[in-house]
Amino acid sequence: MAELMAAGEEPEILFWVGCAGSYDERAQKITRDICKILHHVGIKYAVLGTEESCTGDPAKRAGNEFLFQMQAMTNIEVLNAYNIKKIVTGCPHCFNTIKNEYPGLGGTYEVIHHTQLIQDLINEGKLKAEGGESFKGKKITYHDPCYLGRGNGIYEAPRKALEVLDAQLVEMKRCKSNGLCCGAGGAQMFKEPEKGKKDINVERIDEALETNPQFIAAGCPFCMTMLSDGIKLKDKEQEIKVLDIAEITARANGL
Amino acid sequence: MVAQILFLVITLAAIALFTANLRKIIRNIRLGKSADRTDQPQKRLMTMLRVAFGQSKMVVRPIPAFLHFFVYIGFVIINIEVLEIMIDGLFGTHRIFHGLGGLYNFLIGSFEILALTVWVSCAIFLIRRNVLKLKRFRGVEMTSWPKSDANYILITEILLMTAFLLMNAADAKLQLLGSSHYTNAGAFPVSQYLMNILPSAESTLIAIERGCWWFHIIGILAFLNYLPYSKHFHILFAFPNTYFSNLEPKGEFTNMASVTNEVKAMLDPSFVPAETEPGKFGAKDATDLSWVNLMNAYTCTECGRCTSVCPANITGKLLSPRKIMMDTRDRITEIGKNIDKNGAEYQDGKSLLDDYITREEIWACTTCNACVEACPVNIDPLQIITELRRFAVMEESQAPASINAMMGNIENNQAPWKYSPADRFNWAEGS
Repeated sequence: MAELMAAGEEPEILFWVGCAGSYDERAQKITRDICKILHHVGIKYAVLGTEESCTGDPAKRAGNEFLFQMQAMTNIEVLNAYNIKKIVTGCPHCFNTIKNEYPGLGGTYEVIHHTQLIQDLINEGKLKAEGGESFKGKKITYHDPCYLGRGNGIYEAPRKALEVLDAQLVEMKRCKSNGLCCGAGGAQMFKEPEKGKKDINVERIDEALETNPQFIAAGCPFCMTMLSDGIKLKDKEQEIKVLDIAEITARANGL
Repeated sequence: MVAQILFLVITLAAIALFTANLRKIIRNIRLGKSADRTDQPQKRLMTMLRVAFGQSKMVVRPIPAFLHFFVYIGFVIINIEVLEIMIDGLFGTHRIFHGLGGLYNFLIGSFEILALTVWVSCAIFLIRRNVLKLKRFRGVEMTSWPKSDANYILITEILLMTAFLLMNAADAKLQLLGSSHYTNAGAFPVSQYLMNILPSAESTLIAIERGCWWFHIIGILAFLNYLPYSKHFHILFAFPNTYFSNLEPKGEFTNMASVTNEVKAMLDPSFVPAETEPGKFGAKDATDLSWVNLMNAYTCTECGRCTSVCPANITGKLLSPRKIMMDTRDRITEIGKNIDKNGAEYQDGKSLLDDYITREEIWACTTCNACVEACPVNIDPLQIITELRRFAVMEESQAPASINAMMGNIENNQAPWKYSPADRFNWAEGS
């Protein structure tokens, strides 16, 4: 972003990568695929690079409002300095936080999640599913991330991205507004679960396996970790792939 | 005349007692912190009409929704009959509205059919709770009182409906006998079948008719006064509770204004914060919660839809959103009793956090909003959990060690993991 600014240019959209997308090896792949999609359709985008910083989401959900607002105000200062108008995020948690919680602290932007961007591009005819891997007839089940689904009512955009594949979409018993959490939200990602009889991600994977899928589609890097761990635990890594909607889109288009 | 005076005294006493208890509950709710829920009145009204009046969130579970709908409609419509009972009771008349003719017959006939559906629904509800023992009606918080409470409500409703139908049956039989005072009025599609089991002596029939009439109305007044002590209070509070419910996206947590001031002052030394009321961050006790949280607690009818969809509870953790609501109600009720007994300044040394809700419960929450989504009357257990976490973290620095580590990482590295900020852009190098 700094380079673009120095050249006197403004991006159409800022891609907010997020901590997982920046550091987590698995999520980095998703980040690169989102970039490939942006590049493929010719959108002029920018990233903050090392100027990006945690949105404060896990701190806020854990109850540390101080830390959250410190992070938020620092980020807002950076975003406003670059005159950012529109943001696409690679993570539903960043999406929810910037979209809903930043405006009250002085940061108002048009914020979309990458599955919404993909839906828009499909609707505009700029993105199809051709030139790459065929998902035709493949069985895919989609796991709703809480902060995209229930948190913000976005159920259709990710499904739209899967519909163009001509694949066989199978819903889990608990889906959409009744979707079961992967177990990572509310800062659970960073701690061991409390004593119980089962881990939440295993409960979710058991349900996903009931649909007998070839792919489990995700839209959140934390869900990705939880679901991938579940699949590993069940020793199903060979038969079932957990992929982000962005990865599936990139593959289908040969990016 | 004696009967009329007795009726007046009983009715006034019942209304006075109910008003006193209702005022106490409203006083207790007002012990909570302020929260503005007066914006967008039109949207609020629509939400109330849709969710409370229209029962839109019940339909997710069709069987109980269907049965509950009968009880709800029965409750609302049969209460038109109470108007007639009131007038008859005060003026010593009998079936004062019979002059409506065909319409009156239609109304009484409808009430009878509804009474039967209420009766059957309540019976099925009793079977679901006590014979089938559905998982949703069990759980650690479903101790003897909540279980009995539910059964008392269902049994009372069955008794009230039985009295109503027997009263009509006796009335119908008296009309056939041409008994004076019993004018020919009403249609009895259900109670006509009960006529045969009644004795034929006129005086006995009058005794049954009067007995059921008194039982019905005293039962209703007693039930009204049971509400403030019961989970059944939802029949009244569902309406304000949905009206004042959160209209923002569920993922959005409130930004604490008190923190904003401090953070702004920290980032910009020249910033002079506006005066805010001093207070603690987050909630330790029920009075630290907002009045909306407390109203939520009084509205909860302990149906357990929240707990049955909670990922933590499903996987055997201690957390149960229903328990969060029940504990909050129990605690604020206890605080109210303390005030009545010992004055407003009295402290009993107890608090919602630790004495009612444990740390293990609040830290098991994934903030997934499934409980909020599931509640048929828009109760928000997540907000209470968040407030308790805020107190634990910001006032006590008592978070699980790994949570503290995560927060330390954000402070030092601007990411929840221990990576260097300088490496943040390294993802662009890989392939």
